[in-house]
Amino acid sequence: MTFKRFALGGFAALIALSGFAGSAAADEVNLYSARKEELIKPLLDRFTADTGITVNLVTGKADALLKRLESEGMNSPADLLLTTDAGRLFRAKAAGVTQAFVTDAISENIPEQYRDPQGHWVGLSLRARPILYAKDRVDPTMLSTYEDLADPKWKGKICIRSSSNIYNQSLIASLIEALGAEETEKWATGLVANFARPPKGGDRDQIKAAAAGQCDIAIANTYYLAGMATSKDEAQREAAAKVVVFWPNQDGRGTHVNVSGAALTKAAKNTEAAIKLVEFMTTAESQAWYSEANGEYPVRAGVAKSQTLQAWGDFKADTLSLAKLGENNGDAVRLMDRAGWK
Amino acid sequence: MTDRMVETTAPPIAVFRGGWHNAAVIAVALVLSLPVLVVLGHVFVPSDDVWRHLVETVLADYVINTLLLMVGVAVGTFIGGVGCAWLASMCSFPGRGIFEWALLLPMALPAYIIAYTYTGMLDFAGPVQGGLRVVFGWGYGDYWFPEIRSLGGAVIMLSLVLYPYVYLLARAAFLNQSICVLDVSRTLGNGPWRTFLTVALPLARPAIVAGMSLALMETIADYGTVQYFGVPTFTTGIFRTWYGLNNAAAASQLSAVLLVFVIALIALERGSRARARFHHTTERHQDIRRIELSGWKAAAAFLFCFFAVFFGFLLPAGQLAWWSFVVAGEQIDARFAGLVWHSLQLGVIAAFLSVLLALFLGYGRRLARSRGVRAAVHLAGMGYAVPGTVIAVGVIIPFAWLDNTVDAFLRANFGISTGLILSGTLAALVFAYLVRFLAVSLQTVNAGLDRIRPSLDEAGRSLGLHPGEVVRRIHVPILKGSLLTAFLLVFVDVLKELPATLILRPFNFNTLAVRAYEMASEERLADAGPAALAIVLAGILPVILLSRSITKTRGTRP
Repeated sequence: MTFKRFALGGFAALIALSGFAGSAAADEVNLYSARKEELIKPLLDRFTADTGITVNLVTGKADALLKRLESEGMNSPADLLLTTDAGRLFRAKAAGVTQAFVTDAISENIPEQYRDPQGHWVGLSLRARPILYAKDRVDPTMLSTYEDLADPKWKGKICIRSSSNIYNQSLIASLIEALGAEETEKWATGLVANFARPPKGGDRDQIKAAAAGQCDIAIANTYYLAGMATSKDEAQREAAAKVVVFWPNQDGRGTHVNVSGAALTKAAKNTEAAIKLVEFMTTAESQAWYSEANGEYPVRAGVAKSQTLQAWGDFKADTLSLAKLGENNGDAVRLMDRAGWK
Repeated sequence: MTDRMVETTAPPIAVFRGGWHNAAVIAVALVLSLPVLVVLGHVFVPSDDVWRHLVETVLADYVINTLLLMVGVAVGTFIGGVGCAWLASMCSFPGRGIFEWALLLPMALPAYIIAYTYTGMLDFAGPVQGGLRVVFGWGYGDYWFPEIRSLGGAVIMLSLVLYPYVYLLARAAFLNQSICVLDVSRTLGNGPWRTFLTVALPLARPAIVAGMSLALMETIADYGTVQYFGVPTFTTGIFRTWYGLNNAAAASQLSAVLLVFVIALIALERGSRARARFHHTTERHQDIRRIELSGWKAAAAFLFCFFAVFFGFLLPAGQLAWWSFVVAGEQIDARFAGLVWHSLQLGVIAAFLSVLLALFLGYGRRLARSRGVRAAVHLAGMGYAVPGTVIAVGVIIPFAWLDNTVDAFLRANFGISTGLILSGTLAALVFAYLVRFLAVSLQTVNAGLDRIRPSLDEAGRSLGLHPGEVVRRIHVPILKGSLLTAFLLVFVDVLKELPATLILRPFNFNTLAVRAYEMASEERLADAGPAALAIVLAGILPVILLSRSITKTRGTRP
């Protein structure tokens, strides 16, 4: 009978599926990662080669992975949560799914402002969000601070992506800390009035638009520019060559920076291996490789930067404790809504 | 054609014995709507002043953009889908035989991928505008060029990949129309266009509306395209509220508003059928005599179909192929084969189960006299219009709860810890696919069932067949095409699905869509090429099979 055969087949399929459920080996660490596989796999493979510890990986969007972690509770198989942006690490901690773990070895390697005060998470790579300007159209002496970008002289000249993006939310969160909410909202309103176009696309798109002449100034994370400069695609390399990095607020608090980082989950069952992995990622060698491969800055002091980054020169980074970015995130989003930042 | 007489005097006979099937149908439907219900469960949680904030700032944008997007895609898919379906099935012009299946190809492309490729080509910084600037010596602001990343652009992108749903169902309907009816119209002196407008189109209405409601549900659920284009809609708003404002309650309240759109859509679909029944009055089909087109009419028909295939498939797939060619050496390795295998595996399993469930629920709906059953079946189909991430969260929460409860119980009573049994397995992922895509198989199976006159069941019964035999010997042969269609549609949809796959998949398990997304979201479009192209290639074969199966049901030579 067709229906029965159908049903039996379905049942068999289901049983086959559950056979795929997690495997338990002795030496392993389970990773929920919002960093793309492509960006971390080589480092993880090296860790496995060095220590014999297997690393199991699920990648995904940060907030969704966090939700999964939260729902799974103490039975979650995840040992480590790897994500970009301190705002997300803060959320994970606030959701109560992380635990303190930072060892002496780690805190020696990583400066204080890039760690959670209670040791729930630690930054592993650093990115800056500076001003990028079109070489042939902008006189860099006109540039000074983020605050100055709200000045009417930049009307119709600025490209930046949507306020839904966490990089912008964290930038605004840092401004709220520096200027206060009221001033920041005024600033955001002025900035929106200077937009060359409604926000769309990612950071690379802003850089491309500046290179092509749609705007004079783009705000974007440094590793996107580094990625374009070393891209296989000639058009991307050309676009990257047309813009120059300007480090804003050098006479004041410094340029806005953020981290990608790791947090140990409360449910972690392979704690030792997990900590070993984080320690491994903070060694000078891993830091240098990570920074080179992803076009990011090492969080650890004294580690050589890649050539691309060296060419942009040294800069003063905002020393604000990154935990603040998470605290101000909700306010930042509302503020941008009110300022009409799409 | 209404068979209301038959309908009222003799309801279809029960296939399943006894009254338990109503309860079973409702139970299955409820389990499948669980994820949506879980999310909606947050509706009654107070969300502080977030709503006031939303209403004051962005809500109007969400509503207006979502509505405009729906209207735009409705118009786009109607013109593209119905126009192509009529030309390819009822007219004769050069290339028709190829268009017949080629028109389905855009279906293999995920909307967000086509959005990436067109942006790459048409953006201010892209080769088209760049070329224009070089040739004419223009700079920024010297000339007007349509902005691809806009609401209009999103309408075009979604219409290009969604019109095949309308085409598919409309074509099947046209091919299955009793040719006699069209002949009657012609002998009564109606021209071909008048016959199309006054007879064929109204007769095909349920199929067309079903296709359009699928397309519109996809539109409502779309996140990738609108997010990339910077168009604030309900889906982007839900994510923003959830993650940005960190307010799950307000986000699920937004989801509830989104579902109002869906319910309106379903009501519209049902309303359009009104009380009419669209069974065939005769099973006597004759070969279609296609309308011969020549001269400019043939050229216009050719161009109409060609543009749909060209812009919906050839151009973006060509771009993907070019990108793949550039990066093939690096991106296509042993791991790539694994991605392909995982994608196919998930597609086949989910499609198979989805058809099975659709049959079960479809029969339930057909046989039920209770409103409860029909409502439950409708509820189960709502997942299609809910963004994949929302579904995924709706799957995570109850599964994790169940796992943790079982674990706690066994720990407390027997000292055994089971850990997570379902969470983080492929079973959870496949369940999410079923929730998300049930509407596709259900619509298709229902459309098939609707074509079987209840009196056929009766005839079968009176000839001594028992219910199972009625299904096997009468329904299955008639339904075969619909079942295959449903299977292939879900298969292709699963290949393309991203957000749920991303969140729910087990450790070390990647698919083509995941790879394509990871590359594209790093804004490395070229590196996304091979995986995106593989999705397309894997989707092409089913699409061609689909076309053949529809042609076959008609009995004409392909």
